Amino acid sequence: MDTPLIEFKDVTKRFGRRTVLDRVNLQIYEGEVTTIIGLSGSGKSVMLKHIIGLLKPDEGTILFRGKPVTGMKRSEIAASFAQISYMFQGNALFDSMTIYDNIALPLRETTHLKKAEIDRRVMARIEQTELTESAHRYPSELSGGMQKRAALARALITDPQIVLFDEPTSGQDPVRKNAILSMIAQYQKKFNFTAILVSHEIPDVYFISNRILSLYNHRIVFQGTPEELEEFDHPFKDEVIHSLEVLQKELTGLYSKRQFEMLNHLQLKRRTVEESYCLVVFSLVGLNAIITSVGHDAAQEAVRGMGLYIDKHFGAIGGFSTRRNTNEIITMLPYSNLDETESIMNDFVHDFKEQFLQSVQESACKLAAGEMVELMIMAGIAQGRSTVDIDSVVVLAKSQQKEIGRLSCAAGE
Amino acid sequence: MALNEDNQNSPEAGEKFRPVMFLARPFTFTGETVMGWINILGAATVFLVKALWVSLRPRQFSKVVKQVYYIGARSMTIIMLVSLFTGMVLGLQSYHALVQFGAQGAVGSLVSLSLIMELGPVLTAIMITARAGSAITAEIGIQRISEQIDALHTMQINPLQYLVSPKITAAIISFPLLTAMFDLIGIFGGYISGVALLGLNAGVYVHSIQAYVVMSDINNGFIKSIVFAVIVSTVCCYQGYFAHMRKDSHGAQAVGLATTSAVVLSCVLILVSDYVVTSLLI
Repeated sequence: MDTPLIEFKDVTKRFGRRTVLDRVNLQIYEGEVTTIIGLSGSGKSVMLKHIIGLLKPDEGTILFRGKPVTGMKRSEIAASFAQISYMFQGNALFDSMTIYDNIALPLRETTHLKKAEIDRRVMARIEQTELTESAHRYPSELSGGMQKRAALARALITDPQIVLFDEPTSGQDPVRKNAILSMIAQYQKKFNFTAILVSHEIPDVYFISNRILSLYNHRIVFQGTPEELEEFDHPFKDEVIHSLEVLQKELTGLYSKRQFEMLNHLQLKRRTVEESYCLVVFSLVGLNAIITSVGHDAAQEAVRGMGLYIDKHFGAIGGFSTRRNTNEIITMLPYSNLDETESIMNDFVHDFKEQFLQSVQESACKLAAGEMVELMIMAGIAQGRSTVDIDSVVVLAKSQQKEIGRLSCAAGE
Repeated sequence: MALNEDNQNSPEAGEKFRPVMFLARPFTFTGETVMGWINILGAATVFLVKALWVSLRPRQFSKVVKQVYYIGARSMTIIMLVSLFTGMVLGLQSYHALVQFGAQGAVGSLVSLSLIMELGPVLTAIMITARAGSAITAEIGIQRISEQIDALHTMQINPLQYLVSPKITAAIISFPLLTAMFDLIGIFGGYISGVALLGLNAGVYVHSIQAYVVMSDINNGFIKSIVFAVIVSTVCCYQGYFAHMRKDSHGAQAVGLATTSAVVLSCVLILVSDYVVTSLLI
């Protein structure tokens, strides 16, 4: 494997008698999204502050591109840290400055760019983060979500190669949380920076993360992909992940992948080989266009609303759902055959068009003149048996997909 | 019973009474206190030197001008008010004291020398400490506890250069200017009470100032005001900058206590340094 971008070797940090990090070993690779998960107060932020150099380890070594930071010259350290940007948990915006000035500050103080160029770059970031109307307001005049976006814009203004996000979604409602995560994922792809996140948003962070680091009892107990974490057997999973997943289900109507698989496994065990089940795959086609034109919030509102709506209809008959990826939801109906499922689906589609789509249309469609975007909702049903692999049932359901609704957003609607 | 068990388990319970240790306690306490003060003094000196060093870097001018406005220009009203009444009281008191010896002609020189050499620099420094010094500590303290100073570090902006240095430079510029204004208005206050209210001859008042006030008196007053500027700005910035490291409190309370400490310490140091500087200049 490549040399890690950042590596911790036996890093220990104590505050007085309290040990926060105990011989922590970790690797973070370039161009990836790495998420650090753990309980509150477990030392995640302390770890990030070591990466940016705000804190120094009591013991152990931190390596930057394979080179120990302690062995670097002052100029080398400055050059390394200049590539890193940090988004603070509490935003750390300067409350005596407007949002525009906050975002422009790093450019004004650390570059020799002309005023016009600074203005161009700042306004571009302000537009990308949907803060145009708030550019000349003070942070205290904005909502928590807007402040987060302003902090994100400031973190990205210098086009950093590494961005550290310290709980970027804390204090946000579920829609905003997913919107911010979606924004981070989008920018990470667009600007190709290395993102290091501290987050509690399980399973949503799995969709945007390449690697997960789990901090438990002052140590890193897991490093790997989200898929590998699903297989990981450790008390950490029960104590941390399970508690966060339960909260997520209450807020979005969707189970995590792990919970979904667990429930499916239990259902399969109870059934005889001949008994069948039904699976519905919902796809939101055009979600990226909605993100670009209407915004992250609107897109996440649509996904969350769908999750809750699906749970409301199919949960009553024993169905359970999960988000397969950013624009796909799968629903398992363990006690229903194909005819029953189609009948329930017809009722669902009717209500979905009458109630859900109309309410979303009214609340989320705000476009500039001349713009128009469409979100197409597709659904497909397939029957499966315990002997058949669930992935092939999903593929079959996807091949059966038909349009069940269309959300058209046009300027002035 | 439970209390006894608790006492036995406490760390102090195992310690035996040792007369030597008991007798050494006052010395230990004094030593630790003195060492603590030397530590703080050293840290504050390093803080000041670093802040002054970065004040020579580019892009500081606009920040310094802004701080001169904040520390200097916006303190003018209060300085004018205090200096006017100080001069008037001084004129009144000195007239009634000197008239007993038939020396009321010296009111002008007494008022002006008192103001230029002593009261002007000291009262100006104390007034600025109360008005701007406390605000500086609170502002920097809040920036510290809300991670704004950490944010500057992460943006590769030197917080000493961005926040502290302009304030110290502005104080060094503002203090002598405000002291000069204090002296001038104070002398005018003395004129109002001595000449306009008590009937002293205006020519005598002005002549006694011309005859007894020499340039070195004015220079000494300015030297004092520069010393006070350095002390007040350093103490106030230092207290705010390290508000998060206070052992007696945390968060907003730490900022409050840091502000109180900054004002009290600045006032004490103004008076102590006034004596030291005066004894060196005489």
